Amino acid sequence: MKVIKIDKSELDAGLEKLEKSFRLIGPVKEKNYYAFKELKPGQKPDLGFSNSRLSAKSIVYPQSEVMFEYSLDRNDEKYAILEEPARSYQPRAIIGIRPCDADAYEIVRRNFDTPEYKDSYWLKNYEATTLVGLACKNPGATCFCTSAHSGPFSEKNLDVMLVENNDHYLGRLLTEKGEKLAETAGWTTTAAADDTFENLKQEAESKIKSKVSTDNLASQSLIALHEAESAIWETEAVSCINCGTCTHACPTCWCFDVQDETYGKSGVRMRNWDSCMYPLFTVHASGHNPRGTKIGRVRQRFMHKLKYYVDKYEKGIQCTGCGRCVRLCPVNIDIRRICNKMNSFDPETSSCEVAS
Amino acid sequence: MQNPYLPYPVRIDDITVETEDKSLKTFKFVFLNPGDEEKFAYQAGQFAELSIAGLGEIPIGIASSPTEKGFVKFTVFKTGKVTSYLHAMKEGDIMGIRGPMGNSYPWDQLKGKTVVIIGGGFAFTTLRSSIVYMLHPDNRSNFKDIHVIYGARSPGMLLYKDELMAWAQRDDINMHITVDGTDDPEWKYHKGFVPAITEQVAPPGNADTYAIICGPPIMIKFTQPVLDKLDYSHDKIIMSLENRMKCGIGICGHCNIGKELVCKDGPVFTLEQLNQTPKEY
Ligand SMILES: Cc1cc2nc3c(=O)[nH]c(=O)nc-3n(C[C@H](O)[C@H](O)[C@H](O)COP(=O)(O)OP(=O)(O)OC[C@H]3O[C@@H](n4cnc5c(N)ncnc54)[C@H](O)[C@@H]3O)c2cc1C
Ligand code: SF4
Ligand code: SF4
Ligand code: FES
Repeated sequence: MKVIKIDKSELDAGLEKLEKSFRLIGPVKEKNYYAFKELKPGQKPDLGFSNSRLSAKSIVYPQSEVMFEYSLDRNDEKYAILEEPARSYQPRAIIGIRPCDADAYEIVRRNFDTPEYKDSYWLKNYEATTLVGLACKNPGATCFCTSAHSGPFSEKNLDVMLVENNDHYLGRLLTEKGEKLAETAGWTTTAAADDTFENLKQEAESKIKSKVSTDNLASQSLIALHEAESAIWETEAVSCINCGTCTHACPTCWCFDVQDETYGKSGVRMRNWDSCMYPLFTVHASGHNPRGTKIGRVRQRFMHKLKYYVDKYEKGIQCTGCGRCVRLCPVNIDIRRICNKMNSFDPETSSCEVAS
Repeated sequence: MQNPYLPYPVRIDDITVETEDKSLKTFKFVFLNPGDEEKFAYQAGQFAELSIAGLGEIPIGIASSPTEKGFVKFTVFKTGKVTSYLHAMKEGDIMGIRGPMGNSYPWDQLKGKTVVIIGGGFAFTTLRSSIVYMLHPDNRSNFKDIHVIYGARSPGMLLYKDELMAWAQRDDINMHITVDGTDDPEWKYHKGFVPAITEQVAPPGNADTYAIICGPPIMIKFTQPVLDKLDYSHDKIIMSLENRMKCGIGICGHCNIGKELVCKDGPVFTLEQLNQTPKEY
């Protein structure tokens, strides 16, 4: 792997070069939070952020995305026939994505890219994207990435890792895509081979005090966990208002709804993020709702992330420990507590080792 | 890269009103583009998304049999937004179908076995597909006895009535048609609920006998103890689920029961499999 040194003064010049062949996306300050946004010509990413309020998932998987267009004009030869609109999959780069959010794409990919079906929208967006990560030197109090298969310096799913180091960034070129991007930006100075990266990494990891235990999740009985109503689900669900904030902000939540929208004689079929926290998510035309209770819906979100996903893919939990849902939940429902409860649940005594 | 959400364009070739209350109609579709029919190759028990531009998509079981060529058929109950619009559509109208989706009834496993089909109400669609498939001259010898227990509220609510009557005349299938009640003096079939008729006519369970049940939840609830009594083991009881769906291909997350996605890992499950999953259906 090649490691380069980018002086802070060189960064902007490099980004300006990149602008010519990439759509650039980066963290931008909005009111009192940060968001990943497409950068306007000349606009620079604000790398002094902790993390964005919502995850960067929308760059690959927009909250609303047009899938097809149609005409409802009976004189039109394409009347009522759906067609995918022409769309440019021009290369784009996310500058400054946090390692946990990049790792989230790997988790989500297992859902969108299967042996039987490939979600062409997600995959084309993803393949057009180069991920330029920014190592996380000051993780937040709710971050628990190190115990969720990620970490403040996780490079698993990045093309380039930038590490801020005084007056410069170390740029670790992790893939061919990353090397190409650095070349286009004109970042070519080789960095001295030393322990800086390892030292900074250890320092950052040691700042993460919050942890989840996941070692027993796979061997727990799925049905027993599902039925652990009094030990886990009733107490956890009681205050949930099913607002959907947690699923909306989460980089690893992927569910969507499909709706047609007609304007006059033409329209679009689009998909929109959906949430298992909403009662309508599962209701049948007959009115029957297999997850008609709040307990059922709260249980679904956590069982999906911490048990169904674990069993299905055998690649750990469907969570990178970014801490967003913990920070944003209006009633303090905390996935770390729930995870530890599920992990320590004892079906014999119907109890957990974690206090509520 | 293929787009798995793109429906095949089809034309409505024929519409049949199935029931006296007109709440069920069978739609026969032909593919607009040559070659699409072949790509849509399916097995009995699978379903498809019917797509109407401007309204959306609905998952519907395939009612025609893979042995019937040149068209596909679906029988649809009028209940909400998309189904009501579909019921108002006319022969010649253009729409789309996407599929086939899901697993099917386990045809490899059913080879050489006795098959007992138990259906109620309008959940008889993929069962019709299965019966037509099994009775086809190329396939009949692959199965032992075939029993069908099918019930509806009244004679006028039975689906595929002409076919039912024709099957009842044959000696290679045991038809047990029943209605909850009727004042038709000519009615020569059973009267009574499906679970009760099942108890009277179904063969006892054994290693070579499978039951396929599709019907309203209440029918399933009362038929299950009957099958237990008749000694059907839970791996020989086959059911098809109808969770709310959107994508139909295991991606949108709407239809899960535990780690299973009903659209992709199902909709067909054995009772033994369902015993291992949360009862969220
Ligand atoms: C595998 C499978 C096979 C089915 N086979 C048949 C069949 O052969 N004949 C038949 O009449 N019906 C069948 N259904 C039920 C049928 O899909 C619903 O009745 C239909 O979706 C209702 O759509 P609507 O727009 O009229 O109702 P609305 O209540 O207006 O529904 C709006 C949307 O919600 C979703 N939805 C609502 N109810 C259901 C439901 N029960 N299942 C799945 N999605 C739902 C659909 O996306 C629908 O477009 C089947 C369902 C499944 C899952
Ligand atoms: S953010 Fe909190 S209150 Fe809102 S749906 Fe999620 S768990 Fe429930
Ligand atoms: S579940 Fe919560 S902590 Fe885990 S990835 Fe999603 S938002 Fe982050
Ligand atoms: S309907 Fe989308 S996952 Fe099953």
